[in-house]
Amino acid sequence: MANILVNAPKMAKRGDVIEIKALIMHPMETGFRPGPNGQIIPRNIIEHFTATWNDAEIFALEMSPAISANPFVSFFAVATESGTIRLRWTGDQGFAVEEQVAIAVE
Amino acid sequence: MDRRRFLAGTAVVALLPFDRAAATPDAMAEAIRKVLGGAAVREERVKLDMPPLIENGNTVPLTVSVESPMTVGDYVKAIHVFNEKNPQPNVFTAKLSARNGKAIVGTRIKLGDSQKIVAIAETSDGKFWSASADVIVTLAACLEEST
Repeated sequence: MANILVNAPKMAKRGDVIEIKALIMHPMETGFRPGPNGQIIPRNIIEHFTATWNDAEIFALEMSPAISANPFVSFFAVATESGTIRLRWTGDQGFAVEEQVAIAVE
Repeated sequence: MDRRRFLAGTAVVALLPFDRAAATPDAMAEAIRKVLGGAAVREERVKLDMPPLIENGNTVPLTVSVESPMTVGDYVKAIHVFNEKNPQPNVFTAKLSARNGKAIVGTRIKLGDSQKIVAIAETSDGKFWSASADVIVTLAACLEEST
């Protein structure tokens, strides 16, 4: 299973702008590199990242092979209501991983 | 460009294994044209933060921030980042809305050579804004073979 690190505050005041950072372990193989046998290693990247807040999409990122291995992304969100921030990564070779963090908004 | 820098540049290019699919400044211009769809772009409001001198092209921190009130009536819809000399001109596209509060996106990217990076922001009124950065890469990404 993929290793994921998510950094987001557990609590926020309503209306605060919070930063969410996420890191996921993934080779992000570009599909342009030869392997030890001289053959091109097939592309294996994460193409899409989405973040939802109580199931409403708040952020999406389309990635290319130019994104580093173990993709890191940081973005901001307005704290609107208590609930769940769900992060989802999908990509080549059927890659689909989800992580969620709870946030309390008062 | 002086002779020494030119020669160093050609040596690096000769080592790159991805000749067959190298993006060029033209490819980048074409990718940008696709996003703009003929609209004008102004070099304002966008800030592209990257180190000017990069020792390791495999992980280059990059942050794009756009001046915007990020209200329901006036927000940044999308941020696109392009490069000149990686195999493909697109780096990423981020979709934003007023829900983000701040139009700031950070990630880490690979760079195969010294080159120009362009960030383009699209605001909710359909206008485009841009910033660019020239970076020098001493150790390019993709050079080493995987083991």
